[in-house]
Amino acid sequence: MTKVTMTVNGKSVSAETEGRTLLVQYLREGLGLTGTHVGCDTSQCGACVVHVDGKAVKSCTVFAADLQGADVRTIEGMANADGSLGVVQQAFQDHHGLQCGFCTPGMVMASAALLAENPKPTEAEVRHYLEGNICRCTGYHNIVKAVLAASGQDMPAVAAE
Amino acid sequence: MPKDTGIGASSKRREDIRFLTGKGLYTDDLSLHAQAHAVMVRSNVAHGRIVSIDTATAAGMPGVLAVFTGEDFAAVGGNPAGWLINSRDGTPMREPKRPVLAHGKVRHVGDAYAAVIAETYQQAKDAAEQLAADTEIEELPAIVDMKAALADAGNRVHDEIPDNLCFDWGWIEDNRAAVDAAMKAAPHVVTLELTNNRLVPNAMEPRASIGEYNTGTGDYKLTTTSQNPHLTRLLIAAFVMGIPENKLTVVAPDVGGGFGSKIYHYGEEALVLAAAKKLGRPVRWTAERTESFLSDAHGRDHVTRIELGCTKDGEILAIRTETHANVGAYLSNFSTATPTFLHGTLMAGPYKVPHVYVNVKAVFTNTAPVDAYRGAGRPEATYSLERVIDKMCRELGLDPFEVRRKNLLTPDQFPYTTPVGLVYDTGNYQATLDKAVDLGDVAGFDARVVESKARGKLRGMGLSTWIEACGIAPSNLVGILGSRVGLYDAATVRVNATGNISVMVGAHSHGQGHETVFAQIVADRLGIPESSVEIVHGDTSKIPFGMGSYGSRSLAVCGSAMNKAVDKIVAKGKKIAAHMLEASEDDITFDDGKFSVAGTDKAKTFGEIAFSAYVPHNYPLETLEPGLEETAFYDPGNFTYPAGAYICEVEVDPDTGKVDVVRFTAADDFGNVMNPMIVEGQVHGGVGQGIGQALCENTSYDENGQLLTGSFMDYAMPRADDVPFYTVDHSCSTPCTHNPLGVKGCGEAGAIGTPPAVVNAVLDALHRGGISHVSHIDMPVSPGRVWQAING
Amino acid sequence: MHNFEFVKPSSIAEAAKALSSDGAQALSGGQTLLPTMKQRLAAPEVLVSLTGISEMQGVCMGDGGLHVGAATPHAVVARDAAAHYPALASLAGGIGDPAVRNRGTIGGSVANNDPAACYPSAVLASGATVVTNTRKIAADDYFQGLFTTALEEGEFITSVIFPVPQKAAYVKFNQPASRFALTGVFVAKYADGVRVAVTGASNEGVFRWTEAETALAADFSPSVLSGLTVDAGNLISDLHGTAAYRANLVKVLTGRAVTSAR
Repeated sequence: MTKVTMTVNGKSVSAETEGRTLLVQYLREGLGLTGTHVGCDTSQCGACVVHVDGKAVKSCTVFAADLQGADVRTIEGMANADGSLGVVQQAFQDHHGLQCGFCTPGMVMASAALLAENPKPTEAEVRHYLEGNICRCTGYHNIVKAVLAASGQDMPAVAAE
Repeated sequence: MPKDTGIGASSKRREDIRFLTGKGLYTDDLSLHAQAHAVMVRSNVAHGRIVSIDTATAAGMPGVLAVFTGEDFAAVGGNPAGWLINSRDGTPMREPKRPVLAHGKVRHVGDAYAAVIAETYQQAKDAAEQLAADTEIEELPAIVDMKAALADAGNRVHDEIPDNLCFDWGWIEDNRAAVDAAMKAAPHVVTLELTNNRLVPNAMEPRASIGEYNTGTGDYKLTTTSQNPHLTRLLIAAFVMGIPENKLTVVAPDVGGGFGSKIYHYGEEALVLAAAKKLGRPVRWTAERTESFLSDAHGRDHVTRIELGCTKDGEILAIRTETHANVGAYLSNFSTATPTFLHGTLMAGPYKVPHVYVNVKAVFTNTAPVDAYRGAGRPEATYSLERVIDKMCRELGLDPFEVRRKNLLTPDQFPYTTPVGLVYDTGNYQATLDKAVDLGDVAGFDARVVESKARGKLRGMGLSTWIEACGIAPSNLVGILGSRVGLYDAATVRVNATGNISVMVGAHSHGQGHETVFAQIVADRLGIPESSVEIVHGDTSKIPFGMGSYGSRSLAVCGSAMNKAVDKIVAKGKKIAAHMLEASEDDITFDDGKFSVAGTDKAKTFGEIAFSAYVPHNYPLETLEPGLEETAFYDPGNFTYPAGAYICEVEVDPDTGKVDVVRFTAADDFGNVMNPMIVEGQVHGGVGQGIGQALCENTSYDENGQLLTGSFMDYAMPRADDVPFYTVDHSCSTPCTHNPLGVKGCGEAGAIGTPPAVVNAVLDALHRGGISHVSHIDMPVSPGRVWQAING
Repeated sequence: MHNFEFVKPSSIAEAAKALSSDGAQALSGGQTLLPTMKQRLAAPEVLVSLTGISEMQGVCMGDGGLHVGAATPHAVVARDAAAHYPALASLAGGIGDPAVRNRGTIGGSVANNDPAACYPSAVLASGATVVTNTRKIAADDYFQGLFTTALEEGEFITSVIFPVPQKAAYVKFNQPASRFALTGVFVAKYADGVRVAVTGASNEGVFRWTEAETALAADFSPSVLSGLTVDAGNLISDLHGTAAYRANLVKVLTGRAVTSAR
């Protein structure tokens, strides 16, 4: 067992974990933060994306024990202080960027990471950045639209319909 | 002006708030006191005889609570097929038992033959690995190829089925001779052999189930990833476990997509219930994605030869198909309906074709069960038809748009009885085609070809005009045709004393947005705010017996039931209002949330009537029961027939064979649209899956029955950068004539109309690029296949 | 996955000590190793994380060219190598997806030597030097076939030194499911010649296409490739492409790399 202390959504948390405990297991089972989902076992789907020290990371592909001192943010930490939806979350609702909601936490976290790195991405940049997040419901149309909207940019004509 | 609330408004989805904040509750998110963990032990060979299973070592490992094998379920029932198909000779289909756990033989890679229950998941996993090592399976030759399976009577998936044939179905058998004659007489016959590639549905949430058993009451509870909890309960109660139906609650909480794969009852659901009873503790199981690939019901997997007889100017005279449909190792619940009544009945498409005959041979193989996947039979029919029409155009030098116009049914021809047994109630196929031509800027296509060519790319355009049949019904007809279930749905509208409303519906939402749309409809009808209506679904202890969601049926069938229940609420409200307003019931009108006496200013609000119903002080108790709650069941009189025209443009890189969809236009007729935003989202999703089937998705078994595409590392899911923005339109509406909302269903459209449009576009690109020897490329039209076709 | 003891040394010396024990396995970004462990295909007793070693982090110019610390994530290489070696930065920026690039490291990729990984092509085409805790290994000696390298038991990569070419480019054709390279070609033009390294295509892992190198050394133009043929004999045939298809891709992508080299 390894003792690990990290910050999750602004709160310091500490636990004894097995070496093999994945970050996503620690979040879901240890902290009850079940918003982060597991959609595959090959690090492909991105449903588990969270931020580690501000960067998008697949929480199914990192050990909790490797994150001593890290600052972790999950979907549960994305709303505004007053509980209202954050900019990316709100854009996803406004533009119907989610259907079943299962990939959504990862999509929101990846999108937020993109906008932090690149506040005004092109459509192609959005699509490229999200290639590690699989959605089966939306055909990606409204996700891309939501991210462009969250960036405050004008929508391409075909997406604006 | 678009409305901002009620029917026709793009109301934002209320369910989004919980999904966007991580507060959704999917099955695997639930954590129960004293829960134990199940891990399935699955076959790693496609076909084998179980010689021995030594459970002793595994059972003694740390944390292990119980071990189950097929022997434990030998005495209980099997998971049945939901539709009896008779072969052409009148004999019923062969229907092998599908046990909870494989017993005696394993029949596909991933077939579960044992399960281990332990205190922790890791302990169960360790013991399952041990159990697999302690199991001896005598490997038998795998039966993978359908035609070989039929030819090899010595090698049987099921020992009692000599030729691996489930059924040999003819539709309509009595028309066969006439079709043969028409084909023989046709001036031109086009023949195409094609494969409708096998797909893995891959809802992003893997299947999961939690069983609970109350030793004090004998009540069972199953929380599971289901599209239709009542059907699951019925199957477990009546067929598999023999649990009294009223002692079993099935809850499908938030479910992360289904696309058909979660319609069916699976053995793991029975297993966790049996384990929970044995241990007196909750038992949970969640699939790893690898297990999903191996054990979820797959989709499609047809091999079809289609012939089309026509005049030299493209008038279709006859269509004849022979299809081999893979049902896999066992019959999943809808597996026999999908290649037959959901496929053969659509083979006339939206065209006036005098003669159609469909033959389907369903074949058992040592592969995972195959069942309905988004579209279910209708994509297979549409693909065969739209591809052969495209081939006809090429062979005869005809314009694909003109040929469609020549053959499409015209609005004056409805209702139209097809030669394959359906009655199309309404439609305007020319209108959607015109709309697609306009929105897709077909006029500007030639210029785009030139522009692509300057970048070294071959540009092509493909068209499909498609139709589907949704909201499968009516029950008495489908019963005659072999269905073993009813196909109605139900809703209860409960007006609470304070005037707000709970609606309990039989449909299940796993992405479709019912909680929002259904509330829009009820609110609109009753003249109250949407926020006053709450939709309850997915829990058999709360909702009336409904059939869940699949086949684009939720709104057309359950929505109609709900609408009917609202009618009853209004009717009763009028009686209450008449009493309170001291008027005749006939003089009471209901508009904008008010019951009024016609021609006067006397009125009672909906809220006042509701309150009176529950506090019946001034109430006609002698003639009317108190309370304001109504249930309605609705059994449709016919299918609904959404239709549309899709135009796809692709660019092909001739050096690598890579295909990019660069423009996609979908013009659909869904009848009346309740929430345009959600309808468009459904089309986007279907188109995305259709592009996936056309270009990248494929399920491949090797000759030993090993799944080569068993993870996202090898099964290519479409990603954000594989698709463009889509142009979608649903303005060409001809409302359904036989349901009260005039709705047709939109969930599957994209997955049906898209694949042929994409493949036709690729072929068009090659031909325009001077590569004229290629007449067909099977899906997925992958870079390697395109390059091979070009250079072959 | 099976359990293990997790250790996270903070220096190369500590890591070397930890990795000298039986059953110890180095963990870098884990983007390949973790999925392998989930499938129980790897079951180390001790897992030694190399991501906490600051002397193995970062990108800088130094003796012999661009030094990339082995524990540097792809995203950092994509950003920090751009000014010095744009083709390398571009390759790093195209590996996996953004989340993978934030964790996956050059050291992990080069040590694993997956036949479809991107980095080995850059290392080989650049004639780079693989620096380990005990020695320096020339790229031409380092790669020894599928998942096989010159690394010995307990030895681990600490940095890779890339001589910076006059021009270079990496062009990758994605395997559509995994997004690894179905085939990827790295072309690097140096004052004394051209090196062409191909990944994803061969049953023996990354390899140099020497005929192309010779032709391009004489004339760095895609047209010189037209007369060359790629022997499909030892190329991979699988679900995603036949050997002949991959042979075609080698040639097409090499031409595109030459055209886009800068």
